[in-house]
Amino acid sequence: MKISNIKSIVTSLLVLSCMAISTSFTAFATDKAEINTVATLRDHTEITTQQEPNRIHKVINKDIKQGRNYPMQPPIIPHTIRSYEVNKNNNKCMSCHSRHRTEKSQAPMVSVTHYMDRDGNFLADVSPRRYFCNQCHVTQLDAEPLVENTFIDMNSLMKSKTANTDQH
Amino acid sequence: MKNILLIGWRTLTKPSAYYSLGFLVIGGFIAGIIFWGGFNTALEVTNTEEFCISCHEMENNVYEELKTTIHFSNRSGVRATCPDCHVPHKWTDKIARKMQASKEVWGTIFGTINTREKFLDHRKRLAQNEWTRLKANDSLECRNCHNFDYMDFTEQSERAAYQHSTALAAGEKTCIDCHKGIAHQLPDMKDVEGW
Repeated sequence: MKISNIKSIVTSLLVLSCMAISTSFTAFATDKAEINTVATLRDHTEITTQQEPNRIHKVINKDIKQGRNYPMQPPIIPHTIRSYEVNKNNNKCMSCHSRHRTEKSQAPMVSVTHYMDRDGNFLADVSPRRYFCNQCHVTQLDAEPLVENTFIDMNSLMKSKTANTDQH
Repeated sequence: MKNILLIGWRTLTKPSAYYSLGFLVIGGFIAGIIFWGGFNTALEVTNTEEFCISCHEMENNVYEELKTTIHFSNRSGVRATCPDCHVPHKWTDKIARKMQASKEVWGTIFGTINTREKFLDHRKRLAQNEWTRLKANDSLECRNCHNFDYMDFTEQSERAAYQHSTALAAGEKTCIDCHKGIAHQLPDMKDVEGW
């Protein structure tokens, strides 16, 4: 009597645990499916086939300053930088944007933060940690965004908020 | 030795005893054509890219670097080869440059730059040679293809149009002053004007 009781308890526990595991598996699968709704560049191409490469878009070369989406955004580069060398030997960007070249080139000078080391001391020249321009500054392509951007600028947020409070 | 030279001199100064004047004139003319043709053909052979990159110093360093630039591959398929930029087209200048280039033959025989490291050590000096040459002849080799008179500023970017219509038009600057390292990588540019 007792033994059969224990047996039934054990089997019911096993069944329950199995059910729990299977439900968690299905939950995980749905999560994954939701995450993967954003298509990669390869999209649904079979692993054995090669996708037709997309057209390479042109770099915007208008030399017109673009707005910044937030105050700390590194300004984007409004011109082509094809074959600009930035390496141990030289930095092509700095041949226009360095302090002693801006008068000739009329290009904006790199901001003073680029001359500071991480402790805030000013150096004579661009700090090594800020030397590689393309780590932060990039050109823009003449292309439609692949994913819709829902970013809202801080000013627009504040404006809508004050508009709302005015109404009440 | 002196006797041999004397016999040679006498043969040259005395009139010919066996050959007619016609034979000598026509024969000399034909020999001249063959000699000159041969000389020029040989010169042209040394003026090809295949000849330049037959030395590994050229093929593994400067030619590899050229391959990534617009002077190698571009939308219209017009290509610059080594001699287009590095050898003057005018005959006297070309011969002068070819005589200077005999130093390069010496260099390849004795392995002056036969490794990448050695080449990089010499890169600044070598680049400066070319910059000085192009500065002195007002970037002649650039202008063999890029003619200022036919530049359409409206097709250029705003910055390019500004610089070309002012500094270049006034003759204050020449192509190489700004367009350094367009076909090969740059050396250390410290102390170079404009950097």
